[in-house]
Order: sequence, then structure tokens, then C-alpha cells
Amino acid sequence: MNITLNVNGQSRTVDVPSDMPLLWVLRDELDLKGTKFGCGVAQCGACTVHVNGSATRSCVLPAAAIQGADVTTIEGLSSDGTHALQRAWDELDVPQCGYCQAGQLMSAAGLLARKPKPSDAEIDAAMNGNLCRCATYLRIRQGIHRAAELMMAPTPDGGSRDGASRYGGSTEPENASSLSSSKAPDAGVSA
Amino acid sequence: MITPTMSVSRRTFLRVSAIAGGGLLLASVYEPLDAVEALIGTPRDGALPAADDPRLSAYISLTPDGVVTIMAKNPEIGQGVKTMLPMLIAEELDVAWSQVRVEQASLDTKNFAGQTAGGSTATPSNWLPMRRVGAAARAMLVGAAAQQWSVPASECTTEAGVVHHRASNRSLSYGALATLAATMTPPELASVPLKDAKDFRIIGQRIRGVDNHKIVTGQPLFGIDVVRPGMRYATFVKCGVFGGKVVRANVDAISKMAGITHAFVVEGGDNLNGLLSGVAIVGDSWWKVQTARKQLQVEWNEGATASQSTASFAEQARLLFASPPQRTIRADGNVASALPAAARRVDAEYSYPFIAHAPLEPQNCTAHFTNGALEIWAPAQLPESGRQLVARTLGMEPDAITVHITRSGGGFGRRLYNDFMVEAAWIARETGVPVKLLWTREDDMKHDFYRPGGFHKFSAGLDANGALTAFTDHFVSFGEGERFAPSADLNAQEFPARFVPNLQLASSVMSLGVPTGALRAPRSNALSFAFMGFLDECAHAAGQDTVLFLRGVLDNVQPAPAAVGGRAPAGLDATRMRDVLDLVAEKSGWAQRALLPKGTGMGVAFYFSHRGYFAEVAQVIVSKSGAVQVTKVWVAGDVGSQIINPSGAEQQTQGAALDGIGQVLAQKITFENGRAMQNNFNDFPLLRLKQAPPVECHWKLTDNSPTGIGEPALPPVVPAITNAIFAATGRRIRSLPLSDHDLSWS
Repeated sequence: MNITLNVNGQSRTVDVPSDMPLLWVLRDELDLKGTKFGCGVAQCGACTVHVNGSATRSCVLPAAAIQGADVTTIEGLSSDGTHALQRAWDELDVPQCGYCQAGQLMSAAGLLARKPKPSDAEIDAAMNGNLCRCATYLRIRQGIHRAAELMMAPTPDGGSRDGASRYGGSTEPENASSLSSSKAPDAGVSA
Repeated sequence: MITPTMSVSRRTFLRVSAIAGGGLLLASVYEPLDAVEALIGTPRDGALPAADDPRLSAYISLTPDGVVTIMAKNPEIGQGVKTMLPMLIAEELDVAWSQVRVEQASLDTKNFAGQTAGGSTATPSNWLPMRRVGAAARAMLVGAAAQQWSVPASECTTEAGVVHHRASNRSLSYGALATLAATMTPPELASVPLKDAKDFRIIGQRIRGVDNHKIVTGQPLFGIDVVRPGMRYATFVKCGVFGGKVVRANVDAISKMAGITHAFVVEGGDNLNGLLSGVAIVGDSWWKVQTARKQLQVEWNEGATASQSTASFAEQARLLFASPPQRTIRADGNVASALPAAARRVDAEYSYPFIAHAPLEPQNCTAHFTNGALEIWAPAQLPESGRQLVARTLGMEPDAITVHITRSGGGFGRRLYNDFMVEAAWIARETGVPVKLLWTREDDMKHDFYRPGGFHKFSAGLDANGALTAFTDHFVSFGEGERFAPSADLNAQEFPARFVPNLQLASSVMSLGVPTGALRAPRSNALSFAFMGFLDECAHAAGQDTVLFLRGVLDNVQPAPAAVGGRAPAGLDATRMRDVLDLVAEKSGWAQRALLPKGTGMGVAFYFSHRGYFAEVAQVIVSKSGAVQVTKVWVAGDVGSQIINPSGAEQQTQGAALDGIGQVLAQKITFENGRAMQNNFNDFPLLRLKQAPPVECHWKLTDNSPTGIGEPALPPVVPAITNAIFAATGRRIRSLPLSDHDLSWS
């Protein structure tokens, strides 16, 4: 069947089986590879996109149900990778393998749209459907808090693409590690 | 500081640089440089892969505008190696990290050695070789500047991609020197001078992942994202019973379905690590292929494995425990006399289940067969062994097979096995079109190389002072005769071996038709639970604080007797382990644990694996209804003299500890009638965000060459948690996962 939907601000029409999930419409028909396949049964959240503004698992949403829908994918979260969450994710070095992160970011974006300054409990509730097999959860939590801060801060003035000048303030995440040494005291060690 | 990504493709980059007249640094230098030496002295537990014959030009290119491109040779599976290895080169090349672009190398056995991801080997096997590559290139740039200025090279210094001659106040950028440098004779790699650690500018910094920008903007990076012109999509249906064979299938009807271009039976072989029997369905979209799969009817010859089950394994273990062990792995002193003579005796049986790797990116591979040659795009941890497997299975010359290494959506050991690669290659040759094979999650859950389960029957003897005088383990595992199934082994160095005067490690095996393999910290992730859980029992029986008890065992190092059976790897270094144990006790507030209320407890354990020393404390709360929440983990680790990338090291350590929590809580794969019963994340639950406690990491720097960090932080957390549950509730956990136990209390 012909399905017309609005993807990242562009009207797109595809001819697909009516039961083809949105995930495969995006990945294999529209060549938007950012949205990921992890389980196919809405258990992992890797396929999360926004449908009419709500974070949605695209792997179980059939094409027939998205006629005329507004869909935002990770590719459309910002035009140039400068959404506060994308900046926070890079700044705090959240990804390990990175496979789940598009889904994490889309769920987090949905949360921040509703709750600009979420509590840990609100983060837990909103993000619990997104699995990260590498378990980057600690930095995901930190990253959402950091993005909330960045969204409150005045817009950065462009400038260089990397480092502190672009993001303003410290780019060092709060250090969760420490060093101690049995070597000579000048070995560059701090507690 | 990091520049997120390449903005031009490699091909464009090379063309642009050629036009600009700069050319590749050392593009003409193809004679092999000296083989890199055996690196770091004696490896602590097993041989390192050879990392010889690196050729500088394969690693580094420079353009006149100062862009430095460094090739990342190893597969990136989330362990951070695509960032870390280029850091080592950039450090000694002496460029600013912001000048560096990183590109993933394809499999190239002529120019690169050790293009693997596994065994936490990337750091120990590349620490010196990659630095030497950078240092050699720097020496050639310095030589070029010295020649141009007619000054001795020894008067030149470098900083951030510029050569300086301070005496004459002259400077030239690396880019400006690239063409001349390419004509210089490369120095001997083995003797090229390296920086002193105090001069490091990149090593030791928190460097963000080089692919972060691509990841957060959803650009194609992973195997599953590969697209080729005219590509079709494939699924491969195997028998639920491992190794079962297709007798007949309705492939003619399937091939006539909408969007399906091919459906055919693959005969396959008997090697569980190779191409197995199954049905391939190929079509113009993956969804249509899955739709057709629902109509597939196959008659299978299930074979002998159909009689195996989790229940039958447990029953066989019970019978094997009732008989003497089939073989002895290690025997020190005389346990037969020491156990009865002990002031106190402790006996317990432990067991743990099979578990799956379940990397989030399902297995996939894209392949195209044309004119007798194969091109493959694969998220593989061992791409070269994949290429060899494909060559053997398809009867091709390895040289006719090109493998492009894609980023992997998690590895954890699953992608050490190249079943997906050989399946894609076979289907590509049968169809003659570019094909992307993609498994479902259910395919992945039911066709893993599982972490094997195992059974242990321990006995220990304590003297009147509570010291450990005798220790035995009868390990019931899987295998045939003298041979353990993959990752189902126990070696002669397992702690407390070497630290107890009377000790016996012995084993019996039952046969297994289920494929098993390495899962993050193989062996260790399971043995740690059994051994460190039982030693915690011994500490309690001795009436001692577990930290002090373990310290006492570590202090009791025995003269080394000959290990039974061949070359055994060296065991742990007691001093290094004692130091991380002390550090974690201090950082966790272990001494104050008695103040915790009932239902809350702390547990401790240490473990040596993959050359790394880790001691960990877990704090848990067990609710009255029996729900377990791990509330904090403290990690103390010793991986040598240098944390190369503190951000990456912390990620790996936290990730490993949290991975262990996920395993403990509810993960198990069970078998009935020779097949895995779990399907997806609903019945094989991964850790979720709500369950992830803070993980505090502390590094003990020691005067040892740096070693890997992807795996060794995992094993201790498992017994730390189960020991904490004992502290919280008085309930001793002797089997996993926790979801099998009723932990309610009142």
C-alpha cells in the first residue's frame, strides 16, 4: 500500500506491505539507518523515534498505522548534531558500542520535551524501556541532566566545533575514578 | 579535545592530498620494518598475539594542510580501541589530538598484525608497537627538517605537529615536511626512542570516542547499516536443535512469494562453528523475507543433541559428583589426610547456568560474490579467522576474499565466531547478488556460543586459627575425555591454587551438543562466583572478616610445584592483588559495614583475569519480599603503570561491573530437547537503567606495563553481590541467577 508520511520535515511516500513496521520503512525504504533494530518486539528501545511528538517503538508500529504521521528520527533530532542531548552525549563520552544510543537519545528527547529538568526518578521511568547492552546507564543519566543544563543555558555562539569554547564551561565530566600509585610520587598521580 | 569525525571519505581524501602535492607520508616505504619485539616481557596468563611487521605508511598519512590521518586497525566493538590505538600513535608522533582524523582499516594481513578484538589483548600487545610507529614517523619528520635546515636532528624538537629548531628560531609543520619525510630511511622500530611518561600529552587524557558524532547523529557505521547497489536481504533458518539438518523444505512455494527472489536449502556441515544446515530466503526487503519465513515448513533431522536438556545436565552432574573425578588438574600436598585433620571443615556445591551474549546489534553480514571473488562487510571480532573459515567452506583462496571491518554493536565474545559470515558468503555465492544477511533477535538467542554452565563440589579445611589448610574442587563440566568444551575449562592456576598447602582441583565432563564459547572474561565470569563465594563461606566459618581472611590466604604463598599437564599459565601476583583488595576496602568503607541495617549488606571479592587485578565491593538491599537491588559497587583495579584513556577505562570498568549485575539478577539459558528455550529480551533480561547503581572506580598504578580493561573488572562483581546478599540476609547463594531464589525475609 502507498503510505505518505512526514519524516524529519519532508513528505515521503512509500509503497510497502501494510504490516511492514515503521522501523523497516525508515531503514530499508528511506535509507535512514540511524534507527536501529534490536529485538523486533518493543523490548529494547533501539528503534525509538518520535511519532506525532511521542517517543514510540517503531519496530512494532505497522505502516498502515502511520499514514500522514509526523515522524522524527535521530537524523532529524537536529540539523547539525547540536541538540543539547547530542552535545551532552559527546561531551560526557556516553557511547560505548553506540548501537542503542539513537534510541536512548530519542527517548531522552521525549522526556526533556515534557520535563525540562527531570529528576533521577523521572529519568528512570522514562528511560527504563531502552536497553544498553554495554550498560552506559550511568553516563546516560548524567547526560540527560547535562543536556537539561545546556538547554537552560544561553545558546552558544557557534565557534569551533570541538571543546569547551563550543559548549561553554567545563567539558570534563565529573570524575568517577581515582588514581593511586605505588610508583614514585612524581608519576602524575592524584587521589 | 577531539575532532569528532572525518568529513571526507578515504578515497576523496587520498585524491585531494595527491592533487595538493603532499602525498602520503612514507607512501613509497614498503619494506618491512623490524618485527616488533615480544612486547612486555612474560605475559601473565597466556601468550599474546604476535604484533609484528607494522608498516608505517599503513598507519599514518599527512597532508600539507596539517591533517593527520591515523588508521585504527582493530575492530571496534564498544571497547574504545578505535580511539585508544590512534592515541598511542598520535602521542609519539607528537601531534595535537585535534589534528587527528581516525579511519577504520579493513582487514589487511600484509600491513597489520593482530586485527582482533578479544582477550583484552589490544593494550598489552599494542602499547609499545603503536607508540613505536608514531615515534618512527616523528623521527623521519625530524630528519627531514634537519636535512632542510642543515642542522643535526638532535637539535630539533617537536610539538603539536611542528618541528622546531630553537637555536635558529625556525619551524616547519609536519604537513610541509611530509613529502621530504617520505624519502627518509625509517629508523629501527625496536630502538626508536619513546617519550617518558611524564611528557605524555594525549595518553592519560580523557579522550572522547572518535565516532561519537556519527553515533549521536545516526550516521551509518555498523554492519547492519551497510548498503550495496542492487543489494538483497537474507534470512537463514536453522534447526532449533543445534546441528540439526534439513531433510526437506517447501522452498519452491516460498520462492514464489511476494518480494522473494531465492529460497534454497543449504546442506551445511557438522562443525558447530561453521556453516550449518538450514534454509536461506532472499528477497527485496528484509520484512518480506520475514513474512515469507512464517510460511516456511521444514522437516528436520534433529540428531543426537535432541536428547540433551538442562535437567539432564543437572542429573548427570549429580551422578558424576557421586563418583571420583575423571581427571586431576592439580594436586598439592595431601588433601586426603589434611581434610580430616582440619579443625573445621566446609563443604558446598555451586552451580551456574548457561548464558547468552546478546549483543544489541543482531548478527549480520553483507557479502557480494563476483568473478570468483568475495567482498564481505562484517561486524566481526576475528575478521581473519572469518576469512579463513569462508575460504575453507567455499573452497576459495583467502586472497580472493576481502573483508571490511565495520563497527560492531557490541561484541562480548559473540562475534569471535564467524557463523554469520560464512552463512552470508554462501548465500552470496549461491545468488550472485549483493546480500545482507540479518538474523532476528530470536535467531541470536537460540544460536549463540553460550557461556557454559558448570557445577562445583568444594571442600575446605581450616586450622584452629582459621587459616585455610586444605581445599578441593570437583568441577563437573562439559567436554569429551581430556578435552573441555570451549570456555568450560578450569586450569591449574585457579586461585587459591599456590596459596594452600593441600589442594586438589579435579574434573569430570559430560558430553555437550550445545555450542559454547568465550563471553566477556570467559571461564572467569563463572568461576569467580563459585570460588569467591565458597571462600567467603570459609571466611565466615573461620569467624573472620573476609578481607582479612583473603589477605591471610594471599600471604600464604606456597613454593611452586610442577603443574599437572603441560604448560600452565602463571597465576596471580599476591602483592598486586593484596593492594587492590586493601584499596577497595578503604574506598568502600568496608570496616563500617556492621552498621548497615538488616536487609542491607556488603560483599567483597577479587579476581585475576586477562592480566588485570580487580577487587570489588558490592552493597545490596534485599527487601522483605526478596527483591534485590545492588545499590553501589566499588572497584579497585591494577592494570599497570598507565590508564591510557581514563574516560574509556571508566566506561569499560563500569560497563563490566554492570554487565555482571545483569548476569546475576535473572539471566539463564535453559535447554529442552536440545534447543534453547529463551527467545528475546522478555525472557533473557538485560540490566535496565533503573537497576544500574553507581560504580566507583579506583586505579592502583604499579610499575607494570599497561594491560587490558574490557574484561577483568567483570568477574569479581558476581561473587561480591552474592556475598553481600549473605551479609544482608544470612542466605547463601550457591546457584544463579538470583531470580531462581526466594530471598524474602522477616
